[in-house]
Amino acid sequence: MSGGVDSSVAAALLARDAAAGGDDVVGVWMRTHPDRGEGWEPRRGCCSTEAADDARRVAQRIGIPFFILNVEPEFGAQVIDAFAEAYLGGTTPNPCQACNQKIKFDLLARRAVGAYGAAGVATGHYARVAHRDGQWRLLRAVDEAKDQTYFLWNLDQSQLATTRFPLGEMTKPQVRQLATEMELPTAATPESQEICFVPAGDYRALLAERTAYVGESGPIVDGAGRRLGTHTGFAHYTVGQRRGLGLTASEPHYVREIRPETNEVVVGSRDDLAARGFVADARHFVAGAPPAERFEAQVRIRHRAPEVNCEVTLVGSERMVVETAEPVWAAAPGQSAVLYLGDECLGGARIARA
Amino acid sequence: MAIYLDHAATTPLRPEVLESMLPYLTEHFGNPSSLHAAGRRARQGLDEARETVAGVLGAKPREIVFTSGASENTSLAINGITWAASARGRHLVTTAIEHRAVLNTCAVLERHGFEVTYLPVDRYGQVDPDAVANAIGPHTTLVAIGYANNEVGTVQPIAQIGAICRERKVALYTDATQAAASLPLDVDSLQVDLFGIAAHKVEGPKGVGALFVRQGTNLIPQQQGGSQERQRRAGTENVAGAVGLGEALRLARGDAERLAAENERQRGLRQRLTHRLEGIPDGELTGHPEARLPNSVSWAFRGVEGGDLVAALDLEGVAASTGSACTSGSAEPSHVLAAMGVPSDLIRGSLRLSMGRTTTAAAIDRAADLVAASVERVRAAAQPAAADAAPAPAGA
Repeated sequence: MSGGVDSSVAAALLARDAAAGGDDVVGVWMRTHPDRGEGWEPRRGCCSTEAADDARRVAQRIGIPFFILNVEPEFGAQVIDAFAEAYLGGTTPNPCQACNQKIKFDLLARRAVGAYGAAGVATGHYARVAHRDGQWRLLRAVDEAKDQTYFLWNLDQSQLATTRFPLGEMTKPQVRQLATEMELPTAATPESQEICFVPAGDYRALLAERTAYVGESGPIVDGAGRRLGTHTGFAHYTVGQRRGLGLTASEPHYVREIRPETNEVVVGSRDDLAARGFVADARHFVAGAPPAERFEAQVRIRHRAPEVNCEVTLVGSERMVVETAEPVWAAAPGQSAVLYLGDECLGGARIARA
Repeated sequence: MAIYLDHAATTPLRPEVLESMLPYLTEHFGNPSSLHAAGRRARQGLDEARETVAGVLGAKPREIVFTSGASENTSLAINGITWAASARGRHLVTTAIEHRAVLNTCAVLERHGFEVTYLPVDRYGQVDPDAVANAIGPHTTLVAIGYANNEVGTVQPIAQIGAICRERKVALYTDATQAAASLPLDVDSLQVDLFGIAAHKVEGPKGVGALFVRQGTNLIPQQQGGSQERQRRAGTENVAGAVGLGEALRLARGDAERLAAENERQRGLRQRLTHRLEGIPDGELTGHPEARLPNSVSWAFRGVEGGDLVAALDLEGVAASTGSACTSGSAEPSHVLAAMGVPSDLIRGSLRLSMGRTTTAAAIDRAADLVAASVERVRAAAQPAAADAAPAPAGA
């Protein structure tokens, strides 16, 4: 329970089932990072004191025990520090995916078994779990616009066996409607779009705080190596970025590549960032094994990006080459490339540097 | 079966105490400052409560100020004394393990140019009276040292410290909130100048406490307005609360023999629980083994999160505490355990169990069983899972 409306409704649905003889439910709010208190977070953000209180009030309303689980040290190391290190390595991290993989469905799940005797974890994610043909499957949510399987591709069989997503069959408007009907205190809580530990979306401040990186300025160059401008530090940029480059040009420039070794940021035109494929590593298949050494699927390289048909060729034990039927735009190293077949999320990999 | 082992956090309201309060919540509702009969009747309740509290502390009624509780006592005592004496000096002495109310109040004073010495404690949490003596200087106006620590139950040598402060002519404020149920409270024997108690730790109501302020002590009130409490604490008095505090203290402390017997009984339960906990591997008692409150058992286990143990116990109907501040705002490790030099892996696994007048041996035994089982389960679950075949669906 984050204090948001989705996890509130998920908890409420499970509590309703529990009252009808289903499994008992315990509500948990995770403390992932210190609350900065007033003056730091301009509005009520995820993981603030208010969020915990909101979650607590929902738990009270639906009649389930409520606990705060402190995972600060592990979250700090495995999500926040990993986030900072990714940028320092010239890549773009996917912290929500890392949090799901390492914290929510791993550390939290284990702690829940120990502390509460829990048999499994449920969240307010828009996704579905199903058991088909002897395997646990991760399926997209019914509400495609809200589908969050892009952040869940690292779940494995034993995790899926003990995971529930009560909202998977619902649309967001239905969820809000249900929250209102059930008179949940968080029915009108606004959506939080930002990364929970990056207040006001300013990750540069976080980099400075976590790693003492303040940025060393260097050249912005084009594909031919011509200097076009100056950047404030390579880690302040991400592939596909257009704003904040400070370039005057007849056509817009986009960040195409980040080179930490030479402290260069390479830019290109919109077309320059289109590619017919990419290489990815750290691959994972939900089923535990890939469908084949080479197979067809759909791939998504950003949350909410359109899926494109592709052919996946496995390389070695970790990597894959993904060739897409249509060009994909601004495939950013570090981001997840998530594979789908029909309604099923097969797994994914991490886009590698070219 | 609900087993409540968090008396250090708060205690149940004793039925007789509730009875004593009810008239002052119903027919005797007057404002004690009013000149009419209703006011006089309320004032009578207040006066009687004041006399009772004074009697228990060995003080004069005029030396008792009713407040809203321990945190207000601390604010009134520390701010009241230091600002009144600020022309003479701006130095205070306290310890590293004081309650946050003391530490935060001192921190605010530091921002206003006061100097504060935070004395270290030994591994049991005790402060050395000689260290107090050495810390007192020509500009010291207050020593603030609590009687018994709320996290580990360690009792400080207040009488010795009181003697030193008396000799050096420095005021001594002692927060006796945790001690009020069991330890000696005579303010002259302890030689304290300010002494604070809170009703809800002695089976009285929450929201009321009392601060003893020795006659002749110069104190600047922190709450301004009316002239209540001899102009030391403005505001219409919490008559029912004060009456409840008086009655709670009278019942807890009025009969010296019964108090001694109850302390002995609780020490027995403490021993029983300690013995059982000693059987759980990789854990240890925190705080002083003997100089500690009769009802308090504070433990630390390796390889567990104290919060997880508390949750596990809670789901089995046992109320306990980690003893560390874990409000939703911050999860800082215990400053008390840190000051005692307890290693950080143990600090994370702290558990505090505190008994009360109604705690039975059977409850202790059951709680001990559950602590052992919970520690084992939490430790086992903390290991990353071995790679198994995935379980088949159980009607999911």
